[in-house]
Amino acid sequence: MTSDLGTRSPAPAASPEESLKIVPARHPATWVAAAVVAVLVAMAGHALVTNKAFDWPTFSRFVFQKSILEAVALTLELTLFGVVAGFLLGTVLALMRISRNPLLRAVSWTYTWIFRSVPLILQLLFWYNLAILYNEISFGVPFGPSFVSVGTMSLIPPFLAAGLGLALHQGAYAAEIVRAGFLSVDAGQREAAAALGIPAGRQLRRIVLPQAMRTIVPTAANEIIGLLKATSQVYVMALPELFYQVQVIYTRSGRVIPLLLVATFWYLALTTVLSAGQFFVERRLGRGA
Amino acid sequence: MSADFMVDVRGVHKSFGALTVLDGVDLQVRQGEVTVLLGPSGSGKSTLLRLINHLERADRGFISVGGELMGYRRSGDRLHELKEREILKQRTRIGFVFQNFNLFGHLTVLENVVEAPISAQRRPRGEAEARARELLARVGLEDKVSEYPRRLSGGQQQRVAIARALALEPDVLLFDEPTSALDPELVGEVLAVIRDLAKSGTTMVVVTHELGFAREVADTVVFLDAGRVVEQGPPEAVLDHPQHARTRAFVEKVL
Repeated sequence: MTSDLGTRSPAPAASPEESLKIVPARHPATWVAAAVVAVLVAMAGHALVTNKAFDWPTFSRFVFQKSILEAVALTLELTLFGVVAGFLLGTVLALMRISRNPLLRAVSWTYTWIFRSVPLILQLLFWYNLAILYNEISFGVPFGPSFVSVGTMSLIPPFLAAGLGLALHQGAYAAEIVRAGFLSVDAGQREAAAALGIPAGRQLRRIVLPQAMRTIVPTAANEIIGLLKATSQVYVMALPELFYQVQVIYTRSGRVIPLLLVATFWYLALTTVLSAGQFFVERRLGRGA
Repeated sequence: MSADFMVDVRGVHKSFGALTVLDGVDLQVRQGEVTVLLGPSGSGKSTLLRLINHLERADRGFISVGGELMGYRRSGDRLHELKEREILKQRTRIGFVFQNFNLFGHLTVLENVVEAPISAQRRPRGEAEARARELLARVGLEDKVSEYPRRLSGGQQQRVAIARALALEPDVLLFDEPTSALDPELVGEVLAVIRDLAKSGTTMVVVTHELGFAREVADTVVFLDAGRVVEQGPPEAVLDHPQHARTRAFVEKVL
Protein backbone atom coordinates (compact mmCIF):
# COMPACT_ATOMS: atom_id res chain seq x y z
CA MET A 1 0.00 0.00 0.00
CA THR A 2 1.27 3.45 -0.87
CA SER A 3 0.03 6.78 0.26
CA ASP A 4 0.12 10.15 -1.49
CA LEU A 5 0.24 11.96 1.83
CA GLY A 6 3.46 13.63 2.89
CA THR A 7 3.86 11.51 5.96
CA ARG A 8 4.68 7.96 5.19
CA SER A 9 2.65 5.57 7.26
CA PRO A 10 4.57 2.45 8.26
CA ALA A 11 3.89 -0.52 6.00
CA PRO A 12 1.03 -2.44 7.59
CA ALA A 13 2.10 -5.73 9.15
CA ALA A 14 1.30 -8.80 7.08
CA SER A 15 -2.29 -9.63 7.85
CA PRO A 16 -2.65 -12.79 9.97
CA GLU A 17 -4.47 -14.60 7.07
CA GLU A 18 -1.34 -14.51 4.90
CA SER A 19 0.37 -17.26 6.85
CA LEU A 20 -2.54 -19.67 6.43
CA LYS A 21 -2.80 -22.35 3.76
CA ILE A 22 -5.53 -21.84 1.15
CA VAL A 23 -7.65 -24.89 0.36
CA PRO A 24 -9.33 -24.58 -3.08
CA ALA A 25 -13.08 -25.16 -3.15
CA ARG A 26 -14.00 -28.70 -4.22
CA HIS A 27 -16.48 -29.38 -6.99
CA PRO A 28 -17.50 -33.00 -6.46
CA ALA A 29 -20.52 -32.84 -8.79
CA THR A 30 -18.29 -31.76 -11.69
CA TRP A 31 -16.03 -34.73 -11.05
CA VAL A 32 -18.96 -37.15 -11.04
CA ALA A 33 -20.31 -35.66 -14.28
CA ALA A 34 -16.87 -35.87 -15.89
CA ALA A 35 -16.55 -39.53 -14.86
CA VAL A 36 -19.96 -40.36 -16.34
CA VAL A 37 -19.11 -38.62 -19.61
CA ALA A 38 -15.71 -40.35 -19.77
CA VAL A 39 -17.38 -43.76 -19.42
CA LEU A 40 -19.92 -42.90 -22.15
CA VAL A 41 -17.18 -41.69 -24.52
CA ALA A 42 -15.19 -44.87 -23.88
CA MET A 43 -18.27 -46.99 -24.58
CA ALA A 44 -18.94 -45.15 -27.83
CA GLY A 45 -15.33 -45.55 -28.94
CA HIS A 46 -15.36 -49.21 -27.97
CA ALA A 47 -18.56 -49.78 -29.96
CA LEU A 48 -17.13 -48.03 -33.02
CA VAL A 49 -14.12 -50.34 -32.98
CA THR A 50 -15.69 -53.63 -31.93
CA ASN A 51 -19.13 -53.61 -33.54
CA LYS A 52 -18.62 -55.54 -36.76
CA ALA A 53 -21.66 -53.84 -38.33
CA PHE A 54 -19.64 -50.64 -38.75
CA ASP A 55 -17.58 -52.71 -41.17
CA TRP A 56 -14.46 -50.54 -41.20
CA PRO A 57 -12.75 -52.63 -43.90
CA THR A 58 -15.55 -51.72 -46.33
CA PHE A 59 -15.34 -48.10 -45.20
CA SER A 60 -11.66 -47.93 -45.98
CA ARG A 61 -12.18 -49.68 -49.34
CA PHE A 62 -14.64 -46.99 -50.46
CA VAL A 63 -13.62 -43.83 -48.70
CA PHE A 64 -10.99 -42.81 -51.28
CA GLN A 65 -12.51 -44.67 -54.21
CA LYS A 66 -12.62 -42.77 -57.48
CA SER A 67 -16.44 -42.59 -57.73
CA ILE A 68 -16.62 -41.23 -54.17
CA LEU A 69 -13.87 -38.67 -54.82
CA GLU A 70 -15.70 -37.52 -57.93
CA ALA A 71 -18.90 -37.25 -55.91
CA VAL A 72 -17.07 -35.17 -53.29
CA ALA A 73 -15.83 -32.89 -56.07
CA LEU A 74 -19.37 -32.47 -57.38
CA THR A 75 -20.64 -31.71 -53.87
CA LEU A 76 -17.96 -29.03 -53.55
CA GLU A 77 -18.81 -27.57 -56.96
CA LEU A 78 -22.50 -27.38 -56.07
CA THR A 79 -21.68 -25.75 -52.73
CA LEU A 80 -19.37 -23.23 -54.35
CA PHE A 81 -21.88 -22.38 -57.07
CA GLY A 82 -24.71 -22.10 -54.54
CA VAL A 83 -22.70 -19.91 -52.17
CA VAL A 84 -21.25 -17.54 -54.78
CA ALA A 85 -24.45 -17.15 -56.81
CA GLY A 86 -26.58 -17.17 -53.66
CA PHE A 87 -24.65 -14.41 -51.94
CA LEU A 88 -24.44 -12.30 -55.11
CA LEU A 89 -28.19 -12.60 -55.41
CA GLY A 90 -28.57 -11.96 -51.69
CA THR A 91 -26.49 -8.77 -51.92
CA VAL A 92 -28.64 -7.50 -54.81
CA LEU A 93 -31.81 -8.37 -52.87
CA ALA A 94 -30.48 -6.64 -49.75
CA LEU A 95 -29.65 -3.48 -51.74
CA MET A 96 -33.13 -3.59 -53.29
CA ARG A 97 -34.64 -3.99 -49.84
CA ILE A 98 -32.95 -0.84 -48.51
CA SER A 99 -33.44 1.18 -51.69
CA ARG A 100 -35.70 4.22 -52.02
CA ASN A 101 -37.84 2.60 -54.73
CA PRO A 102 -40.95 0.94 -53.23
CA LEU A 103 -41.28 -1.52 -56.15
CA LEU A 104 -37.73 -2.79 -55.64
CA ARG A 105 -38.38 -3.13 -51.91
CA ALA A 106 -41.61 -5.04 -52.51
CA VAL A 107 -40.06 -7.40 -55.04
CA SER A 108 -37.16 -8.15 -52.71
CA TRP A 109 -39.50 -8.77 -49.78
CA THR A 110 -41.75 -11.06 -51.83
CA TYR A 111 -38.81 -13.03 -53.17
CA THR A 112 -37.48 -13.64 -49.68
CA TRP A 113 -40.94 -14.56 -48.44
CA ILE A 114 -41.49 -17.17 -51.17
CA PHE A 115 -38.06 -18.76 -51.25
CA ARG A 116 -37.84 -19.02 -47.49
CA SER A 117 -41.27 -20.67 -47.41
CA VAL A 118 -40.77 -23.40 -50.02
CA PRO A 119 -38.72 -26.40 -48.87
CA LEU A 120 -35.50 -26.75 -50.83
CA ILE A 121 -36.25 -30.31 -51.95
CA LEU A 122 -39.60 -29.24 -53.40
CA GLN A 123 -37.97 -26.34 -55.20
CA LEU A 124 -35.28 -28.59 -56.63
CA LEU A 125 -37.98 -30.86 -58.06
CA PHE A 126 -39.62 -27.83 -59.67
CA TRP A 127 -36.36 -26.95 -61.38
CA TYR A 128 -35.79 -30.56 -62.37
CA ASN A 129 -39.20 -30.62 -64.02
CA LEU A 130 -38.97 -27.15 -65.55
CA ALA A 131 -39.15 -28.69 -69.00
CA ILE A 132 -42.73 -29.75 -68.29
CA LEU A 133 -43.68 -26.21 -67.33
CA TYR A 134 -41.85 -24.52 -70.20
CA ASN A 135 -40.42 -26.77 -72.85
CA GLU A 136 -38.86 -23.86 -74.71
CA ILE A 137 -37.18 -20.73 -73.49
CA SER A 138 -37.13 -17.77 -75.86
CA PHE A 139 -35.05 -14.63 -75.78
CA GLY A 140 -36.54 -11.52 -77.36
CA VAL A 141 -38.69 -8.49 -76.70
CA PRO A 142 -40.84 -8.95 -73.56
CA PHE A 143 -44.38 -9.91 -74.71
CA GLY A 144 -43.13 -9.36 -78.31
CA PRO A 145 -41.30 -11.37 -80.96
CA SER A 146 -38.55 -13.73 -79.92
CA PHE A 147 -35.09 -13.93 -81.46
CA VAL A 148 -33.79 -17.26 -80.19
CA SER A 149 -35.57 -20.28 -78.76
CA VAL A 150 -33.82 -23.06 -76.90
CA GLY A 151 -35.20 -26.29 -75.53
CA THR A 152 -35.31 -26.06 -71.77
CA MET A 153 -33.65 -29.44 -71.32
CA SER A 154 -30.60 -28.40 -73.29
CA LEU A 155 -30.45 -24.93 -71.74
CA ILE A 156 -30.63 -26.13 -68.16
CA PRO A 157 -28.57 -29.28 -67.66
CA PRO A 158 -29.04 -31.06 -64.31
CA PHE A 159 -25.99 -29.43 -62.71
CA LEU A 160 -27.23 -25.95 -63.52
CA ALA A 161 -30.75 -26.81 -62.38
CA ALA A 162 -29.39 -28.06 -59.07
CA GLY A 163 -26.97 -25.15 -58.69
CA LEU A 164 -29.70 -22.62 -59.49
CA GLY A 165 -32.07 -24.26 -57.06
CA LEU A 166 -29.47 -24.04 -54.30
CA ALA A 167 -28.52 -20.47 -55.24
CA LEU A 168 -32.10 -19.19 -55.37
CA HIS A 169 -32.81 -20.80 -52.02
CA GLN A 170 -29.58 -19.48 -50.51
CA GLY A 171 -30.18 -16.01 -51.98
CA ALA A 172 -33.29 -15.53 -49.85
CA TYR A 173 -31.38 -16.26 -46.65
CA ALA A 174 -28.27 -14.40 -47.78
CA ALA A 175 -30.40 -11.30 -48.45
CA GLU A 176 -31.36 -11.07 -44.79
CA ILE A 177 -27.81 -11.74 -43.61
CA VAL A 178 -26.34 -9.08 -45.90
CA ARG A 179 -29.07 -6.61 -44.91
CA ALA A 180 -28.34 -7.20 -41.23
CA GLY A 181 -24.68 -6.55 -42.06
CA PHE A 182 -25.47 -3.21 -43.73
CA LEU A 183 -27.66 -2.18 -40.81
CA SER A 184 -24.86 -2.97 -38.36
CA VAL A 185 -22.61 -0.30 -39.90
CA ASP A 186 -23.06 3.09 -38.22
CA ALA A 187 -24.86 5.59 -40.47
CA GLY A 188 -22.06 8.07 -39.76
CA GLN A 189 -19.65 5.97 -41.83
CA ARG A 190 -21.73 6.40 -44.97
CA GLU A 191 -22.29 10.04 -44.13
CA ALA A 192 -18.57 10.72 -43.67
CA ALA A 193 -17.86 8.99 -46.99
CA ALA A 194 -20.54 11.12 -48.68
CA ALA A 195 -19.16 14.30 -47.08
CA LEU A 196 -15.72 13.44 -48.47
CA GLY A 197 -17.19 13.04 -51.95
CA ILE A 198 -16.17 9.38 -52.26
CA PRO A 199 -18.04 7.91 -55.27
CA ALA A 200 -21.17 5.90 -54.38
CA GLY A 201 -19.91 2.50 -55.55
CA ARG A 202 -16.65 3.00 -53.74
CA GLN A 203 -18.51 4.02 -50.55
CA LEU A 204 -20.23 0.65 -50.65
CA ARG A 205 -17.20 -1.48 -51.53
CA ARG A 206 -14.51 0.26 -49.54
CA ILE A 207 -16.32 1.71 -46.53
CA VAL A 208 -19.62 -0.07 -45.83
CA LEU A 209 -19.12 -3.67 -47.04
CA PRO A 210 -15.83 -4.41 -45.24
CA GLN A 211 -17.39 -3.31 -41.96
CA ALA A 212 -20.65 -5.12 -42.70
CA MET A 213 -18.61 -8.27 -43.34
CA ARG A 214 -17.73 -8.47 -39.65
CA THR A 215 -21.38 -9.12 -38.92
CA ILE A 216 -22.01 -11.11 -42.09
CA VAL A 217 -19.19 -13.65 -41.89
CA PRO A 218 -20.08 -15.64 -38.76
CA THR A 219 -23.68 -16.09 -39.91
CA ALA A 220 -22.64 -16.66 -43.51
CA ALA A 221 -20.24 -19.41 -42.41
CA ASN A 222 -23.19 -21.16 -40.77
CA GLU A 223 -25.13 -20.82 -44.00
CA ILE A 224 -22.28 -22.13 -46.14
CA ILE A 225 -21.93 -25.19 -43.93
CA GLY A 226 -25.71 -25.59 -44.09
CA LEU A 227 -25.60 -25.39 -47.86
CA LEU A 228 -22.80 -27.95 -48.04
CA LYS A 229 -25.12 -30.41 -46.37
CA ALA A 230 -28.17 -29.19 -48.29
CA THR A 231 -26.46 -30.35 -51.48
CA SER A 232 -27.34 -33.88 -50.31
CA GLN A 233 -30.96 -33.09 -51.22
CA VAL A 234 -29.89 -32.80 -54.84
CA TYR A 235 -29.96 -36.61 -54.89
CA VAL A 236 -33.63 -36.24 -55.95
CA MET A 237 -32.31 -34.96 -59.29
CA ALA A 238 -30.17 -38.07 -59.73
CA LEU A 239 -27.04 -35.92 -59.73
CA PRO A 240 -24.10 -38.02 -58.51
CA GLU A 241 -23.06 -35.87 -55.56
CA LEU A 242 -21.77 -37.49 -52.38
CA PHE A 243 -25.04 -38.59 -50.81
CA TYR A 244 -26.47 -39.90 -54.10
CA GLN A 245 -23.26 -41.80 -54.83
CA VAL A 246 -23.14 -43.62 -51.48
CA GLN A 247 -26.79 -44.57 -51.94
CA VAL A 248 -25.99 -46.02 -55.35
CA ILE A 249 -23.16 -48.07 -53.90
CA TYR A 250 -25.04 -49.39 -50.89
CA THR A 251 -28.17 -50.35 -52.83
CA ARG A 252 -25.89 -52.41 -55.05
CA SER A 253 -23.72 -53.92 -52.29
CA GLY A 254 -26.11 -53.85 -49.35
CA ARG A 255 -23.43 -52.38 -47.09
CA VAL A 256 -25.44 -49.44 -45.80
CA ILE A 257 -23.64 -48.47 -42.58
CA PRO A 258 -20.02 -48.27 -43.85
CA LEU A 259 -21.12 -46.19 -46.82
CA LEU A 260 -23.09 -43.80 -44.65
CA LEU A 261 -19.87 -43.54 -42.63
CA VAL A 262 -18.00 -42.68 -45.82
CA ALA A 263 -20.41 -39.81 -46.46
CA THR A 264 -20.17 -38.75 -42.80
CA PHE A 265 -16.38 -38.72 -43.01
CA TRP A 266 -16.40 -36.43 -46.03
CA TYR A 267 -19.04 -34.02 -44.71
CA LEU A 268 -17.00 -33.78 -41.48
CA ALA A 269 -13.78 -33.19 -43.39
CA LEU A 270 -15.28 -30.49 -45.62
CA THR A 271 -16.95 -28.72 -42.69
CA THR A 272 -13.61 -28.74 -40.84
CA VAL A 273 -11.94 -27.00 -43.77
CA LEU A 274 -14.74 -24.42 -43.94
CA SER A 275 -14.53 -23.72 -40.20
CA ALA A 276 -10.78 -23.19 -40.48
CA GLY A 277 -11.42 -20.82 -43.39
CA GLN A 278 -13.92 -18.89 -41.27
CA PHE A 279 -11.29 -18.44 -38.56
CA PHE A 280 -8.80 -16.85 -40.95
CA VAL A 281 -11.37 -14.66 -42.69
CA GLU A 282 -12.64 -13.35 -39.35
CA ARG A 283 -9.12 -12.63 -38.17
CA ARG A 284 -8.46 -10.61 -41.31
CA LEU A 285 -11.74 -8.67 -41.05
CA GLY A 286 -11.13 -7.96 -37.37
CA ARG A 287 -8.48 -5.36 -38.20
CA GLY A 288 -9.00 -2.15 -36.28
CA ALA A 289 -11.73 -3.66 -34.12
CA MET B 1 -25.42 34.32 -56.59
CA SER B 2 -22.47 36.51 -55.92
CA ALA B 3 -18.95 35.18 -55.77
CA ASP B 4 -17.97 37.79 -53.17
CA PHE B 5 -18.73 35.29 -50.47
CA MET B 6 -17.14 31.89 -50.01
CA VAL B 7 -20.33 30.63 -48.42
CA ASP B 8 -23.58 32.33 -49.31
CA VAL B 9 -26.82 31.10 -47.73
CA ARG B 10 -29.99 32.83 -48.90
CA GLY B 11 -33.46 32.40 -47.41
CA VAL B 12 -33.06 28.77 -46.43
CA HIS B 13 -35.97 26.85 -44.95
CA LYS B 14 -35.87 23.28 -43.75
CA SER B 15 -38.38 21.17 -41.90
CA PHE B 16 -38.44 17.55 -40.86
CA GLY B 17 -42.09 16.58 -40.97
CA ALA B 18 -44.02 19.07 -38.88
CA LEU B 19 -40.88 20.39 -37.20
CA THR B 20 -39.46 23.56 -38.74
CA VAL B 21 -35.72 23.53 -38.15
CA LEU B 22 -34.63 26.48 -40.28
CA ASP B 23 -37.00 29.30 -40.96
CA GLY B 24 -35.46 31.65 -43.50
CA VAL B 25 -31.78 31.80 -42.72
CA ASP B 26 -29.25 34.07 -44.45
CA LEU B 27 -25.55 33.68 -43.83
CA GLN B 28 -22.53 35.08 -45.66
CA VAL B 29 -18.96 34.03 -45.05
CA ARG B 30 -16.06 35.81 -46.75
CA GLN B 31 -12.92 34.05 -47.87
CA GLY B 32 -10.47 33.54 -45.01
CA GLU B 33 -13.10 34.35 -42.38
CA VAL B 34 -14.04 32.26 -39.39
CA THR B 35 -17.73 32.21 -38.58
CA VAL B 36 -18.92 30.63 -35.34
CA LEU B 37 -22.54 29.48 -35.08
CA LEU B 38 -23.96 29.60 -31.58
CA GLY B 39 -27.34 28.73 -30.23
CA PRO B 40 -29.27 26.44 -27.93
CA SER B 41 -29.64 22.82 -28.98
CA GLY B 42 -32.36 22.40 -31.55
CA SER B 43 -31.78 25.91 -32.91
CA GLY B 44 -30.80 24.51 -36.32
CA LYS B 45 -27.02 25.09 -36.24
CA SER B 46 -26.05 21.56 -37.23
CA THR B 47 -28.78 21.35 -39.85
CA LEU B 48 -27.52 24.57 -41.41
CA LEU B 49 -24.03 23.11 -41.58
CA ARG B 50 -25.32 19.91 -43.18
CA LEU B 51 -27.27 21.94 -45.72
CA ILE B 52 -24.14 23.81 -46.76
CA ASN B 53 -22.46 20.64 -48.03
CA HIS B 54 -25.79 19.22 -49.17
CA LEU B 55 -25.94 16.29 -46.77
CA GLU B 56 -29.48 17.59 -46.38
CA ARG B 57 -31.49 19.35 -49.06
CA ALA B 58 -33.12 22.72 -48.31
CA ASP B 59 -36.88 22.94 -48.76
CA ARG B 60 -36.55 26.52 -49.94
CA GLY B 61 -33.68 28.93 -50.51
CA PHE B 62 -30.26 28.47 -52.05
CA ILE B 63 -26.73 27.93 -50.91
CA SER B 64 -23.62 28.59 -52.90
CA VAL B 65 -20.04 27.77 -52.01
CA GLY B 66 -17.23 29.52 -53.86
CA GLY B 67 -19.80 31.04 -56.21
CA GLU B 68 -21.12 27.64 -57.22
CA LEU B 69 -24.73 26.75 -56.43
CA MET B 70 -24.90 23.61 -54.29
CA GLY B 71 -27.03 20.80 -55.68
CA TYR B 72 -28.23 22.58 -58.81
CA ARG B 73 -26.99 23.61 -62.21
CA ARG B 74 -28.37 26.70 -63.81
CA SER B 75 -29.17 26.82 -67.49
CA GLY B 76 -31.04 29.91 -68.61
CA ASP B 77 -33.89 30.43 -66.19
CA ARG B 78 -34.03 26.81 -65.08
CA LEU B 79 -32.33 25.06 -62.23
CA HIS B 80 -31.57 21.40 -62.79
CA GLU B 81 -31.09 19.18 -59.78
CA LEU B 82 -27.65 17.63 -59.86
CA LYS B 83 -27.14 13.89 -59.84
CA GLU B 84 -25.62 12.23 -56.80
CA ARG B 85 -22.28 11.92 -58.62
CA GLU B 86 -22.09 15.66 -59.31
CA ILE B 87 -23.07 16.51 -55.75
CA LEU B 88 -20.29 14.23 -54.48
CA LYS B 89 -17.90 16.16 -56.67
CA GLN B 90 -19.08 19.49 -55.27
CA ARG B 91 -18.53 18.19 -51.75
CA THR B 92 -14.83 17.59 -52.36
CA ARG B 93 -14.42 21.38 -52.12
CA ILE B 94 -15.91 21.40 -48.63
CA GLY B 95 -14.30 19.73 -45.64
CA PHE B 96 -16.65 18.45 -42.95
CA VAL B 97 -15.64 17.51 -39.42
CA PHE B 98 -18.24 15.57 -37.44
CA GLN B 99 -19.02 15.63 -33.74
CA ASN B 100 -18.40 11.86 -33.53
CA PHE B 101 -15.34 11.91 -35.83
CA ASN B 102 -16.78 9.14 -38.07
CA LEU B 103 -13.35 7.81 -38.91
CA PHE B 104 -13.39 4.61 -40.94
CA GLY B 105 -12.69 2.04 -38.24
CA HIS B 106 -11.37 -0.70 -40.53
CA LEU B 107 -8.79 1.57 -42.13
CA THR B 108 -5.55 2.87 -40.64
CA VAL B 109 -5.05 6.56 -39.94
CA LEU B 110 -3.11 6.99 -43.19
CA GLU B 111 -5.72 5.07 -45.22
CA ASN B 112 -8.44 7.25 -43.71
CA VAL B 113 -6.68 10.39 -44.88
CA VAL B 114 -5.74 9.25 -48.40
CA GLU B 115 -9.06 7.55 -49.26
CA ALA B 116 -10.92 10.59 -50.61
CA PRO B 117 -7.97 12.22 -52.46
CA ILE B 118 -7.38 8.92 -54.26
CA SER B 119 -10.95 7.85 -54.98
CA ALA B 120 -12.72 11.20 -55.32
CA GLN B 121 -9.93 13.36 -56.75
CA ARG B 122 -7.98 10.64 -58.56
CA ARG B 123 -4.64 11.71 -57.15
CA PRO B 124 -1.73 9.28 -57.41
CA ARG B 125 -1.31 7.22 -54.23
CA GLY B 126 2.29 8.31 -53.63
CA GLU B 127 1.44 11.98 -53.82
CA ALA B 128 -1.66 11.52 -51.63
CA GLU B 129 0.34 9.65 -48.99
CA ALA B 130 3.09 12.24 -48.90
CA ARG B 131 0.49 14.98 -48.46
CA ALA B 132 -1.33 12.92 -45.79
CA ARG B 133 1.86 12.53 -43.79
CA GLU B 134 2.43 16.29 -43.90
CA LEU B 135 -1.11 16.92 -42.68
CA LEU B 136 -0.82 14.33 -39.93
CA ALA B 137 2.43 15.97 -38.84
CA ARG B 138 0.63 19.30 -38.79
CA VAL B 139 -1.97 17.94 -36.35
CA GLY B 140 0.81 16.27 -34.34
CA LEU B 141 0.09 12.66 -35.24
CA GLU B 142 2.94 11.73 -37.58
CA ASP B 143 3.77 8.73 -35.36
CA LYS B 144 0.23 7.31 -35.58
CA VAL B 145 -0.04 6.80 -39.35
CA SER B 146 -0.42 3.03 -39.17
CA GLU B 147 -2.65 2.89 -36.08
CA TYR B 148 -6.33 2.01 -36.29
CA PRO B 149 -8.72 4.74 -35.05
CA ARG B 150 -9.97 2.72 -32.07
CA ARG B 151 -6.47 2.68 -30.62
CA LEU B 152 -6.45 6.50 -30.44
CA SER B 153 -7.92 8.87 -27.88
CA GLY B 154 -10.96 10.95 -28.83
CA GLY B 155 -8.83 14.05 -29.29
CA GLN B 156 -6.40 12.19 -31.54
CA GLN B 157 -9.28 10.75 -33.56
CA GLN B 158 -10.74 14.21 -34.09
CA ARG B 159 -7.35 15.51 -35.20
CA VAL B 160 -7.15 12.68 -37.74
CA ALA B 161 -10.65 13.65 -38.91
CA ILE B 162 -9.44 17.23 -39.41
CA ALA B 163 -6.43 16.01 -41.40
CA ARG B 164 -8.79 13.84 -43.47
CA ALA B 165 -10.98 16.84 -44.25
CA LEU B 166 -7.93 18.96 -45.12
CA ALA B 167 -6.57 16.31 -47.50
CA LEU B 168 -9.07 17.36 -50.15
CA GLU B 169 -7.65 20.88 -49.97
CA PRO B 170 -11.15 22.28 -49.54
CA ASP B 171 -12.13 25.91 -50.01
CA VAL B 172 -14.04 25.89 -46.76
CA LEU B 173 -14.06 23.76 -43.61
CA LEU B 174 -17.24 23.02 -41.66
CA PHE B 175 -17.00 21.88 -38.03
CA ASP B 176 -20.05 20.36 -36.36
CA GLU B 177 -19.46 20.60 -32.59
CA PRO B 178 -15.95 19.19 -32.99
CA THR B 179 -15.22 19.00 -29.25
CA SER B 180 -18.63 18.01 -27.85
CA ALA B 181 -17.85 14.28 -27.78
CA LEU B 182 -14.49 14.76 -26.07
CA ASP B 183 -13.38 14.39 -22.47
CA PRO B 184 -12.71 17.89 -21.07
CA GLU B 185 -8.93 17.44 -20.94
CA LEU B 186 -8.83 16.54 -24.67
CA VAL B 187 -10.78 19.59 -25.88
CA GLY B 188 -7.71 21.84 -25.85
CA GLU B 189 -5.65 19.82 -28.33
CA VAL B 190 -8.43 19.89 -30.92
CA LEU B 191 -9.15 23.58 -30.42
CA ALA B 192 -5.42 24.27 -30.82
CA VAL B 193 -5.48 22.66 -34.26
CA ILE B 194 -8.56 24.64 -35.32
CA ARG B 195 -7.03 27.84 -33.97
CA ASP B 196 -3.92 27.16 -36.00
CA LEU B 197 -6.03 26.70 -39.14
CA ALA B 198 -7.86 29.94 -38.43
CA LYS B 199 -4.55 31.81 -38.24
CA SER B 200 -3.47 30.39 -41.58
CA GLY B 201 -6.49 31.97 -43.24
CA THR B 202 -8.69 28.93 -43.79
CA THR B 203 -12.34 29.78 -44.35
CA MET B 204 -14.32 28.05 -41.63
CA VAL B 205 -17.81 27.72 -40.23
CA VAL B 206 -17.75 26.27 -36.74
CA VAL B 207 -20.66 25.11 -34.61
CA THR B 208 -19.48 25.06 -31.01
CA HIS B 209 -20.44 25.70 -27.42
CA GLU B 210 -16.96 26.91 -26.48
CA LEU B 211 -17.60 30.62 -26.02
CA GLY B 212 -14.01 31.41 -25.07
CA PHE B 213 -12.83 29.79 -28.26
CA ALA B 214 -15.47 31.67 -30.28
CA ARG B 215 -14.30 34.97 -28.82
CA GLU B 216 -10.70 34.17 -29.68
CA VAL B 217 -10.94 32.88 -33.27
CA ALA B 218 -14.24 34.11 -34.71
CA ASP B 219 -14.42 37.01 -37.13
CA THR B 220 -18.18 36.76 -36.95
CA VAL B 221 -20.42 35.15 -34.36
CA VAL B 222 -23.90 34.18 -35.50
CA PHE B 223 -26.53 33.43 -32.88
CA LEU B 224 -29.38 31.18 -33.99
CA ASP B 225 -32.55 30.44 -32.13
CA ALA B 226 -35.61 28.49 -33.26
CA GLY B 227 -34.36 28.32 -36.84
CA ARG B 228 -33.64 32.02 -37.29
CA VAL B 229 -30.57 34.22 -37.10
CA VAL B 230 -31.23 36.36 -34.02
CA GLU B 231 -28.04 38.35 -33.97
CA GLN B 232 -24.68 38.42 -35.69
CA GLY B 233 -21.53 40.45 -35.62
CA PRO B 234 -17.99 40.52 -34.24
CA PRO B 235 -17.57 38.40 -31.08
CA GLU B 236 -17.06 41.44 -28.80
CA ALA B 237 -20.44 42.77 -29.90
CA VAL B 238 -22.47 39.58 -29.80
CA LEU B 239 -20.86 37.97 -26.76
CA ASP B 240 -20.11 41.00 -24.61
CA HIS B 241 -22.91 43.38 -25.56
CA PRO B 242 -25.71 41.24 -26.93
CA GLN B 243 -28.63 43.30 -28.19
CA HIS B 244 -31.21 40.57 -27.97
CA ALA B 245 -32.70 39.15 -24.79
CA ARG B 246 -32.37 35.59 -26.09
CA THR B 247 -28.71 36.04 -26.95
CA ARG B 248 -28.09 37.57 -23.55
CA ALA B 249 -29.84 34.70 -21.79
CA PHE B 250 -27.84 32.13 -23.76
CA VAL B 251 -24.47 33.80 -23.20
CA GLU B 252 -25.14 34.13 -19.47
CA LYS B 253 -26.22 30.51 -19.15
CA VAL B 254 -23.22 29.11 -21.01
CA LEU B 255 -20.72 31.28 -19.15
